[in-house]
Amino acid sequence: MAKKRKLSRGVAVVGGGLSKLGLFKDRNSKDFFAEAYLEMLGSVDKGVDPKDIDAIYIGNFTNDFFVNQAHWGPIISDLVGHVPKPVTRTEGACASSALAFREGVFAVASGFYDMVLVGGLEQMSKRTTEEVAEGLGTAGSPYEVAAGFTFPGVFGTIATAYFSKYKTNRETLFNVTIKSHLNAPLNPKAQFPLTIRDFMNTRIEKCRKRGEPVPEWKDEKDFLRDLSANPPVAWPMHLFDCCPISDGASCMLLVAEDLAKRFTDEPVYVAGIGQGSGYSLHATQNITSFEATRAAAQEAYEMSGLKPEDIQFSEVHDCFSIAEIIHTEDLGFFKPGEGHKAAAEGLTRLEGLKPINTSGGLKSKGHPVGATGVAQLYEVWLQLRGKAGKRQVPKKNLRVGGAHNLGGTGGTCTFTILERR
Amino acid sequence: MYDRPFNDNSYEQFLKEEKLMGSRCRKCGALALPPRPICVSCFSSEMEWFQFKGSGRLAAFTSIVVAPPFMAKEGFNKNNPYVVGVVELEEGAKIVGRITGVDPKKPDGIRVGTPLKAEFIRSGQGPDEKTYLAFRP
Repeated sequence: MAKKRKLSRGVAVVGGGLSKLGLFKDRNSKDFFAEAYLEMLGSVDKGVDPKDIDAIYIGNFTNDFFVNQAHWGPIISDLVGHVPKPVTRTEGACASSALAFREGVFAVASGFYDMVLVGGLEQMSKRTTEEVAEGLGTAGSPYEVAAGFTFPGVFGTIATAYFSKYKTNRETLFNVTIKSHLNAPLNPKAQFPLTIRDFMNTRIEKCRKRGEPVPEWKDEKDFLRDLSANPPVAWPMHLFDCCPISDGASCMLLVAEDLAKRFTDEPVYVAGIGQGSGYSLHATQNITSFEATRAAAQEAYEMSGLKPEDIQFSEVHDCFSIAEIIHTEDLGFFKPGEGHKAAAEGLTRLEGLKPINTSGGLKSKGHPVGATGVAQLYEVWLQLRGKAGKRQVPKKNLRVGGAHNLGGTGGTCTFTILERR
Repeated sequence: MYDRPFNDNSYEQFLKEEKLMGSRCRKCGALALPPRPICVSCFSSEMEWFQFKGSGRLAAFTSIVVAPPFMAKEGFNKNNPYVVGVVELEEGAKIVGRITGVDPKKPDGIRVGTPLKAEFIRSGQGPDEKTYLAFRP
């Protein structure tokens, strides 16, 4: 039955950590998690005794496949010295750690625990690109996989429906890619801290050294139009429309609201939290929207009493360029069909009306799938505490931010609103 | 009409017989393709088989250049891409499948809304034999 849902007691974030994202074949998931965990401990302003952590929730999609090791809960509990405390692994494909965060919030809100560690991890670099694609594909809809769709293929399909419905074309997606790569160089954790202009210059330099003809691109869009620079993956998704393969881990420390000030004078509170499920492509009513996102957003907005216009900035799950545009519509930031115009007008840039993916997003920050949900929340937490460095949202009185995480091809979506009071 | 369970196995068996079969809810009339054991409109489990004519329009598509391993085995690769898409059938249901008779190397020329007709493609032999649903203009 539809009802307005509330947490029975408030929950606050008092610490967070994120490992550097990238491809690290000579390190493993434990190394990434230890890096994130130690940063988290150091981030708690007034300090924390790790013994006070009551339980752990850890998101991981499929290290089972990527590194042939399942059951990451006790490995992490052991790593950070919390055996025999309870640890639970959550799986929701690329939304795995947003589910860990959500379960942690519920556990504290219920009064059962006072302090929980939530996080996520994934190591994708030990497999070939084809194998990673196959592994990720296991989170797709069985009908789509059997028909020969890939992940980029599903999002490419959604893009063609969007273009047809709203009379636009793939050039509109270039704005998303260019913006993502403007933010990433400002993020020291990003896998690709490079602007599109940097990629262009690198290529020109390479051609010069080899004595090959030097490409002449008018601007960034001209570069993205060039099939040799930006080859197709699954029409209309090209290389620069797709997020990379990444390794990494993330974590956060959650405590009951009434205890938060013991740990910091600047806690960030969970204002709203929502989750939804979605249909496969063939069964959905509307191909250019994710019902799971709309359900998650509705739940989070109702819980918080906030509206889309109250969300001052947001991380959204830009696994593919078209996805970012659709999420900004499903979350209510822009009307259906207007997300691409907002991106073209610069509204989603760091200095825009509604900054989206200030971290660089999955596209250029990196996407270690099981770590991504909490990595997004980490960015929102940093921004709300004014600690995002060069990419700090330049708004006075930054108070409310959102994080949207998507699993599979839209089967699981979450939207979480954090606020500073 | 047919005494078969309303599941994916039956759906695939019908494809082998070159029939596009879904379910219709006896209570509310909602169509499902592939068939469903439970109606998602009214939660009834009283189903009957329903044969789709196989005519529809292209609702969305992609041309896949980087192929998954099983499609690569069929000879698809970056020099030989293939098109898959969502087809809205004239009965109202949608279904995914391969799109043939279009140029995968010129996806910009493929139009959403193109009328299509179902066809059944056989691949592999013996126990590996499979029938794929495809659509062609």
